Amino acid sequence: MAHPDLWPETPHEGPEDLELWEEGPPREPGAGPRAEGPPAAGEVRLTLKIRRYNPAVRPDAWWDEFAVNMHPTDRLLDALHEVKWFHDGTLALRRSCAHGVCGSDAMLIDGRNALACKVLVKDVAPKVTVEPIRGLRVIKDLVVDMEPFFEGYKRVLPFLINDEDPPDRERLQTPQERERYDDTTKCILCAACTTSCPIFWGDGEYIGPAAIVNAHRFVFDSRDRGARDRLDILADRTGVFRCRTTFNCTEACPRGIKVTKAIQEVKRAIMFDRL
Amino acid sequence: MGGGAAGLRAAIAAAEASDGLDIALVSKVYPMRSHTVSAEGGAGAALGPDDSLDLHAFDTIRGSDYLADQHAVEAFVAEGPGEIVQTERWGCPWSREPDGRLAVRAFGGMSVNRTAFAADKTGFHLLHTLFQTSLKYERIVRLDEFFVTSLLLEDGRCVGVAAIDMRDSEVRCITAKAVILCTGGIGRVFSFTTNAAINTGDGMALAYRAGVPLKDMEFVQYHPTGLPGTGILMTEASQGEGGYLVNNEGRRFLEDYIPSKMELGPRDILSRAIIEEIEKGHAFEGPYGHYVHLDIRHLGEKTIDKRLPFVRELATKFVGIDPVHEPIPVRPVVHYMMGGIDTDEVGRTRLPGLYAAGEAACVSINGANRLGSNSLTECLVFGRRVGRLAAQDALVAAAPSENPVVRLAEAEQERLVASYLEKETGTERVAAVRRDLQAAMERGAGVFRTEESLKQAVEEVGELRERYADLSLDDRERAFNTELVAALELGNMLDVAETIVRSGLDRRESRGSHTRRDYPDRDDDRFLAHSLAFASAEGPRIEYGDVTITRWPPEERKY
Repeated sequence: MAHPDLWPETPHEGPEDLELWEEGPPREPGAGPRAEGPPAAGEVRLTLKIRRYNPAVRPDAWWDEFAVNMHPTDRLLDALHEVKWFHDGTLALRRSCAHGVCGSDAMLIDGRNALACKVLVKDVAPKVTVEPIRGLRVIKDLVVDMEPFFEGYKRVLPFLINDEDPPDRERLQTPQERERYDDTTKCILCAACTTSCPIFWGDGEYIGPAAIVNAHRFVFDSRDRGARDRLDILADRTGVFRCRTTFNCTEACPRGIKVTKAIQEVKRAIMFDRL
Repeated sequence: MGGGAAGLRAAIAAAEASDGLDIALVSKVYPMRSHTVSAEGGAGAALGPDDSLDLHAFDTIRGSDYLADQHAVEAFVAEGPGEIVQTERWGCPWSREPDGRLAVRAFGGMSVNRTAFAADKTGFHLLHTLFQTSLKYERIVRLDEFFVTSLLLEDGRCVGVAAIDMRDSEVRCITAKAVILCTGGIGRVFSFTTNAAINTGDGMALAYRAGVPLKDMEFVQYHPTGLPGTGILMTEASQGEGGYLVNNEGRRFLEDYIPSKMELGPRDILSRAIIEEIEKGHAFEGPYGHYVHLDIRHLGEKTIDKRLPFVRELATKFVGIDPVHEPIPVRPVVHYMMGGIDTDEVGRTRLPGLYAAGEAACVSINGANRLGSNSLTECLVFGRRVGRLAAQDALVAAAPSENPVVRLAEAEQERLVASYLEKETGTERVAAVRRDLQAAMERGAGVFRTEESLKQAVEEVGELRERYADLSLDDRERAFNTELVAALELGNMLDVAETIVRSGLDRRESRGSHTRRDYPDRDDDRFLAHSLAFASAEGPRIEYGDVTITRWPPEERKY
């Protein structure tokens, strides 16, 4: 169960009392109006309140609103595309696969981290608030600097370590051994968990849940021999013991990974092996 | 260029080939966002005791409708099993048999079970494994979110690329003794596709504009089972595991089309069958058009959750149907480009210094129709081949000279500023031109084609080129200008689209995925040949090249 009080109004850079910039930045001829006409049969009207940031046009962040007509089963990503392609081409966001597996489009949607391609319009209409994920520097609009996130990932040695001579064919691994680390193979590196973590927001040094999940994926793989190195890395002051078990990460994970459980398993591995 | 399975495999192969090379992995997205991530069903290779290389080769060649180059197919099947085992050593979490060996499953057009899989997210796991492995090599330097705008040419060689760093839209010049294009497919040129938003044929367009022909571009694979509306793929593994395709009479209609294989027939035949059922009025109708049912209920919840969990998740999320209890609505959807940058069987193009592999390339092992689960293996086998070759060549190549390259980069920056960022005229939006291009392609170059439909499409693409010249961007700033990238992508899409419709128009026969209603038969006398589209001032110029036949003489493609 999540602890809503641990989702504070937060550590974005810039002032928190943003204003709605009614007319928005100067726009080119050809851009659509900020609100479309009434929805056609079978459509619903969705108002998107988007937290914008573009230092080239305005030093601080601002709120922008667009009303678009969508099918109820369209994705929120489709609605953001509608805005970008037909109303305001300056809107910046990342996306690729559009069905929840590439990890590009994690955003803060109505105050919770989620992938825009896995949220349906019918579940958020008539109005939805969209912001960039927290705790990482905003580059523009919904695009944040992912480098610190990937640095944390890289630190846990996220690749199979095994210097023994392999057999001629594949190494054997039973379905039970395969099952042991199955949950943490599902991480898509979207950063929804890490950027939902209050410890990560408040402390730039915490390696964050995603990195720990990826360490877990190898620590519990029967083929791997690098557990000791990874556990050493995670036992230090930037590692697992900073976790305060708030479960935000587990709730935020769009792949349903039991993130907090994985973190606990890594903590236990460190304690039983080392302490 | 490109950080999907082929690009990563090539980078790793090059890094292993020599300590003396600097390798840049350039990608417009973080590598794990590449479209390989969406591959679901598996990777085909003759791993099992009841399988053989010749059988895999024959299935692939027959599936290709005899347009595959057989020497390339022989190399492909021979190296496939080793590559699957290699990724296992790198940690890929393959699904296992009870005794711990790699599990294999049935797939369309494959005569034995030979598709290795990692549940139904094989591409995802393979991509992450390759990305993880690439992190071990310090020699591989990643340039993430760099969009390549042109190849740098000097004295008839490719000596690098010009790319914009998306963070500031500045052109960076990356010089290289060898450039490998692994930029994937072009599904986005159609409106209804399984492909990611990023699949805009960038590498194909770069090579084409540099004078390298695009081969067999008329061969576009429709996957029989996409979700209506979104085009999200329901993996063929659904049929591999025993799923049925059923029409509105509740009948497994494939008995009328391919009774010997039924749901395990190749994709081109299944897609045509579904379209014909729709035309006969045997399909269901919904808000997103006509569809048939993919029924996996009889597999039971346990098997579905174990073997096809992603199918269940996607159907439940995106069409509100739980396949454990209800059949899934599906229809044919653009999925894969058999054609691509003309290369030989090691990934070399005609332009010295330029190489290609993966879906962006056309070797060709896929000919007129690719078999499901051959593409991931193709990325591995030919990614490795091209990585090693490019590394060897780079070790002996002369360094590109600085001056011309710097000048080329400056010219490229000026072009981008003049044509997009500071262009004062124009009224067209990127999205409007793109939408009309996708509709034109869908109408003119779909599952069934005619002289008339293709001519119409050629004309429409020509008109869209004129509209493209009248483009105007909202976003004129440098920071993370995704509208600028979208405009450049659209330029690439137009170039590639033109080669698809022109090659299709000239191929007056039906073969594999290219089905002409006005020329329903295969015509080996005239068209047992690869089409080659060369860029010219008047648009694509189509020539033909030989198909290599080694041990399997063309015969009627029967199942």
